[in-house]
Parts: sequence; structure tokens; C-alpha cells
Amino acid sequence: MPRVHCDGRDLTLSSDDNLLDALLGAGVQVASSCRAGACQQCLVKAVRGVPPASAQSGLKDAQRAQGYFLACQAKLTEDLTLSLSAARELDTPGSVVSLDALSSSVVRVLVRPGAAFEYRAGQYVTLIRSDGLARSYSLASRPDSDGGCLELHVRVFPQGRMSGWLASARALHAEVSLRGPLGECFYVPGQPAQPLLLVGTGTGLAPLWGILHDALAAGHTGPIELWHGARTAGGLYLVSELEALAARHRNFTYRRCLLEGPAGVGVELGNLDVAVLASATSFEGRRVFLCGDAQLVQQTKRKIFLKGAAMREIHADAFLASPA
Amino acid sequence: MSSIYEQIGGAAAVEKAVDIFYRKMLIDDRVASYFDDVDMDRQRAKQMAFLTMVLGGPSHYAGQDMRRAHAHLVKRGLGDLHVDVVIEHLGDTLKELGANEQQIAAVAAIANSVRNDVLGR
Ligand SMILES: Cc1cc2nc3c(=O)[nH]c(=O)nc-3n(C[C@H](O)[C@H](O)[C@H](O)COP(=O)(O)OP(=O)(O)OC[C@H]3O[C@@H](n4cnc5c(N)ncnc54)[C@H](O)[C@@H]3O)c2cc1C
Ligand code: HEM
Repeated sequence: MPRVHCDGRDLTLSSDDNLLDALLGAGVQVASSCRAGACQQCLVKAVRGVPPASAQSGLKDAQRAQGYFLACQAKLTEDLTLSLSAARELDTPGSVVSLDALSSSVVRVLVRPGAAFEYRAGQYVTLIRSDGLARSYSLASRPDSDGGCLELHVRVFPQGRMSGWLASARALHAEVSLRGPLGECFYVPGQPAQPLLLVGTGTGLAPLWGILHDALAAGHTGPIELWHGARTAGGLYLVSELEALAARHRNFTYRRCLLEGPAGVGVELGNLDVAVLASATSFEGRRVFLCGDAQLVQQTKRKIFLKGAAMREIHADAFLASPA
Repeated sequence: MSSIYEQIGGAAAVEKAVDIFYRKMLIDDRVASYFDDVDMDRQRAKQMAFLTMVLGGPSHYAGQDMRRAHAHLVKRGLGDLHVDVVIEHLGDTLKELGANEQQIAAVAAIANSVRNDVLGR
């Protein structure tokens, strides 16, 4: 049975538990959010002992070498001494500098980092409020745009602890911490003629917006197809901006898909995955970005892979909800 | 003599082979259910390990590891038929990548050599 030493305490864990549950069960306070290895809020550091490599996926090499790992993904096999607070040193401070509505249910949040913050459009950050509440949001901005601010598109859930707060004036000027940038959903220059397929539901448009602008700025010449899906027309946003981009760039196509009507020019009715899959006989050779609703992202990923896209070419961020 | 892993083109060829092989597994009702509830990226990394191993590439698995990796599948009914299906798709995949009969037979032999470990016998 592996033993853990942290905060001046010694705990014996059963090897079936993940470390996060074991620590919480023993009354040790560990901040956590998604519990799926995405948000990295439960990042801890092994100051003695070797953490399980399987709990280090998604981390930077330097962080791995320093012994950081995700408590929610860790099943321990050997004794460790932990620091629960070390990860805070990795965070960047920031402040919320503007909030404005992109639609009736989506708010654009601009966060100004208080220190240098290197990222790629389409990656995500975990936004940590001063009381410790944390949620992940994708980056719609590019590092050299918006005056250096990070642009987030947040869907507002009336009962949502973070999104409800961000939709209120109370969030304006609030100080927050940023963990990240995280994830591999971004445009990499090279192969400028490769066809790109961008598919998102709801605020899944945020990373795609960033990726699209990155690709256009890099002079991508291959066809770029963006599909935005929502339940009703009210769920779509940045429509006229995307239409204007499509008018300006001949290689860019903007397509919408709604579950509930009405259909119209450039608007299809039905399930987004079905519409996308029906749009080509094969997806071989495409670079694919999938973002938004977790179930839709997973399903579409599988179907697009089965229809010819190479797994290495499929970049996906599932917007997992945080357990209560 | 170089391994088939090197003959077909090393890590880059295995990368391609994994996609082809994994697609065949996912659309085959006889085995697809074993791959249902697992994360695709993680699963693909394991397929990569599987192919590297049976192609004689750099691999560190012992029989004991094969027992452990498949124990929960054996509980769900994994048997000889499933291993046969894996070997069938493996052969078809290698054929698509231009391997000859002799190479395919050699790969099948490696897969068969761990059959008892995989099935926990
Ligand atoms: C990698 C990643 C990237 C993300 N990027 C974005 C992004 O760019 N934009 C964005 O808006 N969100 C994004 N999310 C989701 C985000 O992190 C939060 O889960 C979301 O904002 C809800 O948090 P909350 O605190 O407001 O709601 P919570 O307090 O966690 O939930 C309260 C209630 O809100 C409702 N609710 C919450 N989530 C959902 C849902 N998905 N579907 C239906 N009902 C729900 C439920 O009724 C729930 O009980 C991302 C998630 C991940 C993992
Ligand atoms: C033919 C002999 C086989 C060999 C050499 C083999 C090899 C491997 C290897 C090397 C791994 C990765 C282990 C790890 O890193 O954890 C693995 C995992 C796996 N194998 Fe096999 N395998 C064989 C047969 C099968 C069969 C017949 C099935 C099912 C039809 C199967 C299903 C799986 C699954 C689902 C996993 C992932 C398990 C998990 O989620 O951890 N394998 N196998």
C-alpha cells in the first residue's frame, strides 16, 4: 500500500483510489474542478518519489521533470511526498477588463494577464477565481490581437457558478488566476494547402474563431470550412462577422447547422455531426478541429476517423462540465 | 536481419498502420465492443504499443504485462476468436501497406506467441 506524506500528515492509500479522492476522503483540502484531467486545477507536485507517468499527460516536459502530476488521474504504486500548493507558482495573475454580450446567452470576457503569457489561439486556460472556483475556457484571441488581452466566449448558464458570475457586473475588474495555456487545439503553420475542417457547437466557436484567424493570418491557401452548430438560431453568434470573412476570403466557407428551424441560406437543419459527415465522401488528408459539447465532439471524432481522417490530424476539445 | 518493424518503415509506418488497423477493429462487430468505452487517444496509444510489439520494434512488454492489460477483457468474455480476429485484421493491414506473405506470417507468429498470456491461461 503506497503512503503519501503531505501537509505534515501521513496517509496510506488503497491502490484502487485515485489520489484526489483519497486525499479528499482523508479530509485534506485539494482544489479540483473537472476531475477528468482537463482543467489541471488539481495539479500537485511530488517533492520526493516518482509520480505515475499516466497522470502527467497534457503537462509540459519541464513540469513533468519537476514532478508535477494530476491528482485526479493518479493511481499510486509507490510512496510520495507531495506539495499541494507548488502549482500556484505556475499560475499567471490576470484581471477581467471587459464583459459584453455576443448574444443573449454568450458573453465575451476579456482578461488582461498581469505578466507575460505565451499561448496559441485555440488553447484553453483554467480561470481561477479568488475563492478558488475554477473553470476552463478556450482562447478566441491571438497573442498579438486585442491589445494583449485574452478573449473568452462564455455560455451563460443561469445556475452556473462561474458563467453566472461572469455574466454579472460583479466580475468586472475582478482579479483572477490563469492556469495554462493548455491543450493542443491550435493551428500549426506548414502545409498551407491542406484542407481544414473546423466544427463547433455553441461556444465551441471560441477556439475555432482563434484558429481560423491564425490560419488566415498565416496565409493558409487550402480550403477552410467552418461549421457552427446550435439548437436554435439564438445559439449562433458572430454570424455577420463570419459572413463578412467568407465574402473576403475565397477559400473560407461558413456553414451553420440548427437542430430546430428555420433553415435558410447557408443554414442546414438536423444534427451537426450528420450534416458534417454527409458533406464529404472521405476526410482523408484533412486537418480537423472539433470543439464544444463533449458528447458531440467524441462522436464526431470517431465518425470522422472512421471516414478517413488520420487520428494525428484530429484536434479536439470536449467542453466537459464540472461535477457538482 | 532487420525486424519487420524496420522493413516497413519504422515508427512512421506504424503510425499509419495504427489508423488502418484501429478502423478495422472499430467497425467489426465481433470486437468493437471491447473498444467502446475507452478514450480514443489513449486507446490509440495502446494500439501503437501493440503494433510496435508484434512487428518486433522497440517494446518492453513481458507476458505478465499482457495478462494484466487484458484481465478485465477476459472477464468480459475475451477468447480465442477475438485473438483470431485481431490477427486477421493485422494481416490485412500489413497487406495494404505492402508487406509480403512471409512477413505477415512472421507477425502472426509473434501475436500467437502471447495468445495464452493475453487470454490469461
Ligand atoms: C477544455 C475545456 C474548454 C472549455 N471551453 C469553454 C469555452 O470556451 N466556453 C464555455 O462557455 N465553456 C467552456 N467550457 C465549459 C466550462 O469550463 C464550464 O463547464 C461552464 O462554463 C459551466 O460552468 P459553470 O460554473 O457556469 O456551471 P456549473 O456551476 O458547473 O454548473 C451549474 C449548472 O449549469 C448547467 N450546465 C453546466 N454546464 C452545462 C453543459 N455543458 N450543458 C448543459 N448544462 C450545463 C447545469 O444545469 C449545471 O448543473 C470548457 C470546458 C473544458 C473542459
Ligand atoms: C493478439 C495478441 C495481442 C497482443 C500482443 C496485444 C497487445 C496489447 C498491448 C501491448 C496493449 C497495451 C498495454 C498497456 O500499455 O496497457 C494492449 C491493450 C489492449 N488490448 Fe490487446 N493485445 C492482443 C489481443 C487483444 C484482443 C484480442 C483484444 C480485444 C478484442 C485486445 C484489446 C485490447 C484493449 C481494449 C486494450 C486496452 C486496455 C486498456 O484500456 O487498458 N487485445 N494490447
